[in-house]
Amino acid sequence: MMERSSNNNNNNVVELSRVAVSDTHGEDSPYFAGWKAYDENPYDESHNPSGVIQMGLAENQVSFDLLETYLEKKNPEGSMWGSKGAPGFRENALFQDYHGLKTFRQAMASFMEQIRGGKARFDPDRIVLTAGATAANELLTFILADPNDALLVPTPYYPGFDRDLRWRTGVKIVPIHCDSSNHFQITPEALESAYQTARDANIRVRGVLITNPSNPLGATVQKKVLEYLLDFCVRKNIHLVSDEIYSGSVFHASEFTSVAEIVENIDDVSVKERVHIVYSLSKDLGLPGFRVGTIYSYNDNVVRTARRMSSFTLVSSQTQHMLASMLSDEEFTDKYIRINRERLRRRYEIIVEGLKKAGIECLKGNAGLFCWMNLGFLLEKKTKDGELQLWDVILKELKLNISPGTSCHCSEVGWFRVCFANMSENTLEIALKRIHEFMDRRRRF
Amino acid sequence: MKQLSTKVTSNGHGQDSSYFLGWEEYEKNPYDEIKNPNGMIQMGLAENQLCFDLIESWLVKNPDAASLKRNGQSIFRELALFQDYHGMPEFKKAMAEFMEEIRGNRVTFDPKKIVLAAGSTSANETLMFCLAEPGDAFLLPTPYYPGFDRDLKWRTGAEIVPIHCSSSNGFQITESALLQAYQQAEKLDLKVKGVLVTNPSNPLGTALTRRELNLLVDFITSKNIHLISDEIYSGTMFGFEQFISVMDVLKDKKLENTEVSKRVHVVYSLSKDLGLPGFRVGAIYSNDEMIVSAATKMSSFGLVSSQTQYLLSALLSDKKFTSQYLEENQKRLKSRQRRLVSGLESAGITCLRSSAGLFCWVDMRHLLDTNTFEAELDLWKKIVYNVKLNISPGSSCHCTEPGWFRVCFANMSEDTLDLALKRLKTFVESTDCGRMISRSSHERLKSLRKKTVSNWVFRVSWTDRVPDER
Repeated sequence: MMERSSNNNNNNVVELSRVAVSDTHGEDSPYFAGWKAYDENPYDESHNPSGVIQMGLAENQVSFDLLETYLEKKNPEGSMWGSKGAPGFRENALFQDYHGLKTFRQAMASFMEQIRGGKARFDPDRIVLTAGATAANELLTFILADPNDALLVPTPYYPGFDRDLRWRTGVKIVPIHCDSSNHFQITPEALESAYQTARDANIRVRGVLITNPSNPLGATVQKKVLEYLLDFCVRKNIHLVSDEIYSGSVFHASEFTSVAEIVENIDDVSVKERVHIVYSLSKDLGLPGFRVGTIYSYNDNVVRTARRMSSFTLVSSQTQHMLASMLSDEEFTDKYIRINRERLRRRYEIIVEGLKKAGIECLKGNAGLFCWMNLGFLLEKKTKDGELQLWDVILKELKLNISPGTSCHCSEVGWFRVCFANMSENTLEIALKRIHEFMDRRRRF
Repeated sequence: MKQLSTKVTSNGHGQDSSYFLGWEEYEKNPYDEIKNPNGMIQMGLAENQLCFDLIESWLVKNPDAASLKRNGQSIFRELALFQDYHGMPEFKKAMAEFMEEIRGNRVTFDPKKIVLAAGSTSANETLMFCLAEPGDAFLLPTPYYPGFDRDLKWRTGAEIVPIHCSSSNGFQITESALLQAYQQAEKLDLKVKGVLVTNPSNPLGTALTRRELNLLVDFITSKNIHLISDEIYSGTMFGFEQFISVMDVLKDKKLENTEVSKRVHVVYSLSKDLGLPGFRVGAIYSNDEMIVSAATKMSSFGLVSSQTQYLLSALLSDKKFTSQYLEENQKRLKSRQRRLVSGLESAGITCLRSSAGLFCWVDMRHLLDTNTFEAELDLWKKIVYNVKLNISPGSSCHCTEPGWFRVCFANMSEDTLDLALKRLKTFVESTDCGRMISRSSHERLKSLRKKTVSNWVFRVSWTDRVPDER
């Protein structure tokens, strides 16, 4: 029979951790509030034609038919492990090696090479698999930085980074401010300024993290900027992480320079060792549900540690098995990459043209599943509040869920990210029509 | 300053432990019936390979589930896009019902209180992130699963303080051991946030008794802390006794829907009961809304592949399959365990009497040169390198008594098990004390078996050994 322990704990409820109760998960931002409005009243061509059209979700739905056809052709009998006794099932079900399925790693390496037109080589043994890029980015942050250290991230950036890079890691993000004066490219001044800001606050900077092509800008990072970034990281002796999750979504392959290409021609290990690439199949292949992400690092210590840490976030062996042969079929992937780029480019042109006709300009983009739209001229007040007010109007009146630049930490107000690849062309036209009508109404007043 | 975080330079990943080194040795020289009959037999891997045929034949009869189809129609697109961290409702419902079935439908699980994770490795770490931070500690009974050092401490910064259990009472948790652990934490300036138990236990293979469960619930009530019950082996219970879950105890003590019930959390996974570690399916069950909410968001870092959720929701929703599977699984595990136990007996080696799990907790104290961990490591090395069996030494499980080893029995064929036992017997008989023990113990064991069995360990030794005082 337990004695009541004296005085040890009063009747207060035992606390959860600081991590559990903090709001660093970022889910209270408007980025997520718009999703809620969509969930409550989703557009449907037949059942709910006046519902909210989801333009805040960066999904790639334009090329599923290619994948479906391929998988159907490969497994005509249906079952993944064959219909005669399911051979290979038990081996697959038992496979939990954090090195990942070798055939799958090889397939990922070859796919990443193809996306870069063979301009960089990827060693399958440097590929660490994680359950999505969300996990990859968090994992890398755990490895490269300690609590209260900082990563420099150019603005505007993907809202999820607030959670992925900071929440459980305790690491801070210090923004590198970019603006429209030079198409939001990173400048040496902005970089130095961000670094200095951190130093002034006594915060140790451990690295720079960029997304290339950029989310939300929908544009590739210029080669000279990449070279400068690497040079900066060498000078400051910090890391460079390049999240290249949209690399296969660049409309014209020649316009993309991966940091891998820059490193390819460098022999100095002390330079290479600070470079890490994140990739995922969620955007290029449109498979976010399958949770396939990867860290590629030129640093042996990082690879080894990331591999061990990936125990917390392994890719289902069932999924690795299904995708391994598809991704290593070079004839198929070549065709897929080419057609996917084409279709995304076409979508982009439709939306940009449509917006132009409505009198709206976008940042000149060349990649991704979204465009970066400038509505600054519509703001009553050129403030964050003014922007959120406009966002609310667009959500409530036009029933379009788009992402306000403030949720991406943009330092210039009035910009919005608008997704175009997660719906049918018809739906896109409807959305554009609603925007036209809205702009017409405004002009009349 | 380019160097990496302290998490990299520390040993928090735990991979220098002998637990993992044994695996490495196995990888270099793995046994194969035909290609490498003198290779090392893996007995350090707690996998369940006994019932794959049941799942395989289900897959053949239900081809849609694994080929991303529903009623013959492709749902590839739907699954490819499904990344909702709330998880697939049909899957959570199926998991809840499966967990209920394992507990004889005596308790209910609400699917809304389930949070999915990529394996229980991920589930345990996520729970830790929610409940503890640097400066906090969880109390764990020893011996415990070596992976906990990494899972609970590495990235969370939390500490583990052991609750020492000994063979004197079959390694059961006692009140004084609990209190001692709690005080030890205080001495170390750590704030105790809770107790974590594995039930049935890894590496013991025993299920917690009602007395122990009551003790634990009373303890956390009075100390106002959490209780995590990792019930990953709940479906491997094959003994005569019924598995008692901490949920049973909450119900029996009429603590459901009380404040205490919010501090009791269950972790589960399909890696052991169903033998699907590759698919990464784990779950946290909690009555605390805040924890469910925080853990759900954290699950973004380790979601279960939608493809896998779909396959398993179909499998687990087939009640005919699940009831047949659970029954057959228990039968085969029981038979396999008995085979290991009697094989060891004929070599003069006894085990802790157990009724669950995929392993036995084997008493090799009589084979040690001295009653020390150095001697245990020496013996382990002999068994690994000379006998070519990879088994797990108790020290890697933080056992306070030298001489105990965890030996797995469900990850190999019957023939391989027999061969392993043969090798072990040969080894034991080749040592002086072994020859004498094996003959005399065999006789003693035959007569002992006739007596009523209890949960106490049979000590077979021809010299008196004084247990280590701690």
